[in-house]
Amino acid sequence: MIRWMKFKYLYFLISALVIIPGIFSLIRFGLKPSIDFTGGTLAEYKFEEQVEKEKIAEVLEKNEYHLSSIQSSGDNTYLLRLPPIENGQDLKIIEVLESELSQAPIELRFETVGPTLGKELLIKTIVAIILAAGFIVGYVTWRFKNAKFGVCAILAMFHDTLVLIGIFSLLGHFLNVEIDTLFVTAVLTVLSFSVHDTIVVYDRIRESQKNYPKTDFESLANKAITETLSRSLNNSLTIIFMLIALFLLGGVTIKWFVLALLIGTVSGTYSSTFNAVPLLVVWQKLKERK
Amino acid sequence: MKNRRLLWFIIILTLVSLYVSLPGVIPVKFSFRNFSIDQEIKRPALNWKAGSFSLKRDLEIKKGIDLAGGAHLVFQADMAEVKKEDQKAAIEASRDNIEKRVNLFGVTEPVIQTSRAGDDYRLIVELAGVEDINTAVDLIGQTAQLDFRELEEEATAAATIFDFKQTGLTGKDLTKAEVKFDPNTGQPTVGLIFSSEGGTKFSEITGRNISKQVAIFLDEFPVTAPTVQERITTGEAIISGEFTIEEAKQLVIQLNAGALPVPITLIEQRNIGATLGADSVQKSVNAGLIGLLMVIVFMISYYGKLGVLASLALIVYGLVTLTIYKLIPITLTLPGVAGFILSVGMAVDANILIFERMKEEIRDGKPRAMAVELGFGRAWDSIRDANVATLITCFILFNPFNWSFLNSSGMVRGFALTLGLGVILSLFTGIAVTRTLLRTFTKAEVKR
Repeated sequence: MIRWMKFKYLYFLISALVIIPGIFSLIRFGLKPSIDFTGGTLAEYKFEEQVEKEKIAEVLEKNEYHLSSIQSSGDNTYLLRLPPIENGQDLKIIEVLESELSQAPIELRFETVGPTLGKELLIKTIVAIILAAGFIVGYVTWRFKNAKFGVCAILAMFHDTLVLIGIFSLLGHFLNVEIDTLFVTAVLTVLSFSVHDTIVVYDRIRESQKNYPKTDFESLANKAITETLSRSLNNSLTIIFMLIALFLLGGVTIKWFVLALLIGTVSGTYSSTFNAVPLLVVWQKLKERK
Repeated sequence: MKNRRLLWFIIILTLVSLYVSLPGVIPVKFSFRNFSIDQEIKRPALNWKAGSFSLKRDLEIKKGIDLAGGAHLVFQADMAEVKKEDQKAAIEASRDNIEKRVNLFGVTEPVIQTSRAGDDYRLIVELAGVEDINTAVDLIGQTAQLDFRELEEEATAAATIFDFKQTGLTGKDLTKAEVKFDPNTGQPTVGLIFSSEGGTKFSEITGRNISKQVAIFLDEFPVTAPTVQERITTGEAIISGEFTIEEAKQLVIQLNAGALPVPITLIEQRNIGATLGADSVQKSVNAGLIGLLMVIVFMISYYGKLGVLASLALIVYGLVTLTIYKLIPITLTLPGVAGFILSVGMAVDANILIFERMKEEIRDGKPRAMAVELGFGRAWDSIRDANVATLITCFILFNPFNWSFLNSSGMVRGFALTLGLGVILSLFTGIAVTRTLLRTFTKAEVKR
């Protein structure tokens, strides 16, 4: 049998290598919240003929529209960010652009969110994460009738959340990727994925504990990992296939959402086998030493 | 025997689902030498009636605004002028009124919901495929105008709505409308309560219009035109008629729209151009098909014959899911599509768990047929526990009870709904369908 647990500290080290830069980035740069959280306006326009983005910025600034950023999002397509705008202002922006640039842009999307809504979403997000995590811990503890399993499953869950948020903090800093409502959805989905995989491994340990009560815990853990690893990898691979297809070929608006799910799936698969189980073993060892 | 019946059930389910899942109109072009067919196969819309239960579906996928193009608007209602206990009636009235205006605007199937966050009341309006969004915003943002009108003096019995003139009694003078029941007959009626000033005006109007009609107009359209029986001086009036409870409620909502006017302001707007939406649909379909193909190739190359069965079950899964989307019907948004595609990846999980267990049992020297049964039995615990966690998350994301402390955004809900439905359905296909297929084929092998 493969002695997986021999390398348990190596597994923790690998996780640390991914998480620490993320945490550093979180503290140093934080996350880039989208207009969903801060309030503001996001507009995307496509132009028939070539236009310099400096020109667009100049035109809008002249007409009292204070751009907070402008970026290219395709052929002659630009993404503009502005403070929240009132009713009907999107038409006026188009008029201004049309008259000054002598070509009418096509409005691909226009989103404006008031500042109160943003704050509310932040609170709702925190409530949702606490609720989801709480319910899942409750369920795992109840199913395994043992807080040890519950706590370790949660630690693995936090691992995945940190990996995901950390990487998005880095992406936010270097690629201007924003955190929006969909990102929150992805985080919650990843929470459940993470536990999904952990439960399967833990189920095996529990079953072996019943069947071989005399075998030591570490061997049981090794056995459970050997038995579930191919299942865990295969299942994650099918999910990853779907997500990669969606990331590469799917719509622009959900690209980062899909990436978040992808990172979460990979991290969840790793943490279930290489964090959740070693944590149990370490816990057991500490208990035995006493 | 039971297995055979299940097999037939699955085959029929698959065929029906295939029929529903395919596009409504399929062009058939075929030519061979001088024989040629150039026709379109059309699927009729579903129209069932059984007693009071009726089911009408056009069996097309409903597309959310991010796929069809359109606008998502959130309005904040200003309740400063409305008493606390009337706020709920006021927001309902305002919702209904906006719905009527939006229908006039010619939007197909607008979605108009109310939502509450703390003390704030909001209206969420989704308009699919509207080109001129700003006109729509202006139209929706207007406050409802209610007024009472009497017939012109020269009007005859054949009076039309154009023969009514304003009386100066408006929604401002009406405090509230409510459903009441006639104490003698138990018939539902509509009660009107006027302010003191309104009561005086109403008394004068009823006094000079006995046995004549007085009409109530909302936004220039007549709501009702009861005939005055006697002069009413109490400041309260009853409109009686052959109302059903539903009709009386409807009338009350309309009257309240004018009596409890709520000014609304736009606080969130998201417009999606139709081209971006159509582009997203095409891309998602491609991504889904390619992903599905990768999963099938992987499953078959790794699990061989078992993989073929799992792939069959996966295709059944896809067809049944699409059919359910069309039957409920579910409005698909882009994150919803992502949820569906993700669930396809997850649907094989149950199969993988079972197959791995079966392999173990076979390695332990158990006969194949027994290994099949043991594999299913042993894997079930893990499958159930693992999926409960996902279902909990879907529940919180979908927020079915509209708890105000949780998110209720359409995008998040779309994702939660398709993912949750996917998990439940995949339990069915992953277990019932695969097991039936497996039993059928194992038996066939044994017979040989």
